[in-house]
Amino acid sequence: MMNTVTAIRPTPTSGFLETLLAGQPMLPASPLPSINKLRTDAVDCLGGLTMPTKRDEAWRFTSISPLTKLSFQPARSAISLQGADVEHFYLEEATTRLVFVDGFYAPHLSSMVSDGGVMIANLPLADAARASVIESNLGRYVAVSNNLFAALNTALLHDAALIVVARNEVLSAPVQVLFISTQAAVASCPRCLVVAESGSSMTLIEDYVSLQDDSYLINPVTEIALADNARVNHIRVQRDSAKAFHISNCAVSLGRSSNYQSVSVALGAQISRYNLNVVMAEGAECAVDGLALIKDNQLADTHTCIDHAQPHGVSHQLHKCIVGGKAHAVFNGNIMVRQGAQHTNSIQSNGNLLLTDKAQVDTKPQLEIFADDVKCAHGATIGQLDKDELFYLKSRGLSDSVARNLLTYAFGAEIIDRIPIPSLKHQLEQTVLEQTSRKL
Amino acid sequence: MIYQDSKTILEVRGLRATVNGIEILKGLDFTVKSGEVHAIMGPNGSGKSTFAKVLAGHSAYEVTAGTALFEGCNLFELEAEERARAGLFLGFQYPIEIPGVANSQFLRLTYNTMQVQRGNEELDPLEFDDLVREKMKLLEMSPDFLDRSVNEGFSGGEKKRNEILQMALLEPRLGVLDETDSGLDIDALSIVANGVNQLANKNDAIVLVTHYQRLLNYIVPDFVHVMDAGRITKTGGKDLALELEERGYDWIAAERQAASEAMAGEVVA
Repeated sequence: MMNTVTAIRPTPTSGFLETLLAGQPMLPASPLPSINKLRTDAVDCLGGLTMPTKRDEAWRFTSISPLTKLSFQPARSAISLQGADVEHFYLEEATTRLVFVDGFYAPHLSSMVSDGGVMIANLPLADAARASVIESNLGRYVAVSNNLFAALNTALLHDAALIVVARNEVLSAPVQVLFISTQAAVASCPRCLVVAESGSSMTLIEDYVSLQDDSYLINPVTEIALADNARVNHIRVQRDSAKAFHISNCAVSLGRSSNYQSVSVALGAQISRYNLNVVMAEGAECAVDGLALIKDNQLADTHTCIDHAQPHGVSHQLHKCIVGGKAHAVFNGNIMVRQGAQHTNSIQSNGNLLLTDKAQVDTKPQLEIFADDVKCAHGATIGQLDKDELFYLKSRGLSDSVARNLLTYAFGAEIIDRIPIPSLKHQLEQTVLEQTSRKL
Repeated sequence: MIYQDSKTILEVRGLRATVNGIEILKGLDFTVKSGEVHAIMGPNGSGKSTFAKVLAGHSAYEVTAGTALFEGCNLFELEAEERARAGLFLGFQYPIEIPGVANSQFLRLTYNTMQVQRGNEELDPLEFDDLVREKMKLLEMSPDFLDRSVNEGFSGGEKKRNEILQMALLEPRLGVLDETDSGLDIDALSIVANGVNQLANKNDAIVLVTHYQRLLNYIVPDFVHVMDAGRITKTGGKDLALELEERGYDWIAAERQAASEAMAGEVVA
């Protein structure tokens, strides 16, 4: 209706882009004009963007050519999933849940909440009273002008998980947003917006799962806005099918004295990429931890940028990769301390464990400091298991293989341990245990 | 304690060992019988800790000559884990931290490994919990230690107590404690020493590797050995430790020098 498709500049590698965008004009218009504008602006942006290649600095270590060779159709809605099919993904601690199947909201599997204090809903059904919150936040934190995948997600924006926690509200139970992939050879663009108003507190579990083993493209965008003094725990688990392509962007904005704690775990996908951008106001604190546990021919790429834009910020980052088979892990962690961001305290560390001769890791921790009174430290290690640690365990009677498995498990468990959801922690511990004891 | 009917637990003869091609142990002889407590003292770099690690089977050390019989087995033919299962325990100078693995989980895993080796039933988590809590009383350890990750964030004294707790659980024939006293304040030292004293018995033996005489005020050894330049150069009773404390180590080297010169003189004569 109000959308016009501008010509997409054809490039040799954008086959699936054209297919996906062909359906874009058929998207139902949103009652919120700003959303329609977001979409058309994103379509315009896409006209000027090309598929990234290894010649782009941000994609230097990650070739997405296996992805660009494939074609993906837009996912179809109306999947008749029943609760029994997906119940095993439900986390017992989460009393509220939003479920999206191939990007489409599944109301019969979800529980929405809308009262004075909190709104947990799907975008088209969002409470009119919250329209201004949505309009002033959605699309505001993630940059699309230089990011083809974020632009594609925004151009195709329809359903989206919306969580708004009002001022001083404390959500004691975590909210699980579950993205389930069920169809092969399709692309879906899940979207999530969390607005934590001043003094509020909540825990978000963003969970990507699959009911099939085939190839598909999932291209999520998550935006999280923390107002002053707000607190958000963000747990992200990517357990897509081993043939999937998962290209994900997350943008987090931290208000004054707010606190963002995140743990991101990447287990699935043939190629996965997670871009996380955190922008911090004065006195804000964040902990950004991650674990990639990959094997066979998997590639997991994590790019983070923690931007200390104002003084007195505190950031801690521990990112780990356990790489087996011929898998390839990439970590690019940028800590930016801007001029005037005095008294910033930032510690970043990246540990990598290579389990085989063919496993590979590229790591690039970066500190960019433009203020002169700051405390910053960063470092990266790449290695095999420590001989002294192995000796310690063997001197207690444990066999070489048990000792190796235990140390590998412990390497990953240090991150899993930081997840404040016991049932999820337990599940992931089991996954790490199974994967590390199979020696990948 | 020295017993009349004691059995030989460990007999080391002419041991030579290298690390990175450098010889550290240069012909060491050492015998331990059941019930005995031995102290190995010596200046820094004399090879005390190397000896402890060579006994336990650290892969960085290469044995180039000599033999070690442990309970009648050739120790150097066994892997580190086989030595542990045969009843050799090494208390580490610097115990490693294993973030992500609960101490209780780790202790039960090692305990059950040893139980299987000895043909005993494994304990389930509840049964083990009772056992370990009982043993922890020996070392005045709070039950909180069970839930924390192995050694992670433990103070020096807490790590050493955790080592002795493992010895208490694994019930080795021979416990070799490498610098268990270093870095401990007097309270922690007396707790650790008290734990070790309660574990000492007629059938097993303990070797204390230490730099300081102080530990031996708390754990009284039957034998004190002085190690110098990769060999045991003097052996005495507990009084030797006091003499070392007072006079240092130089006189032993001088005494040895004089003895070898005298011997050389005799040969010339």
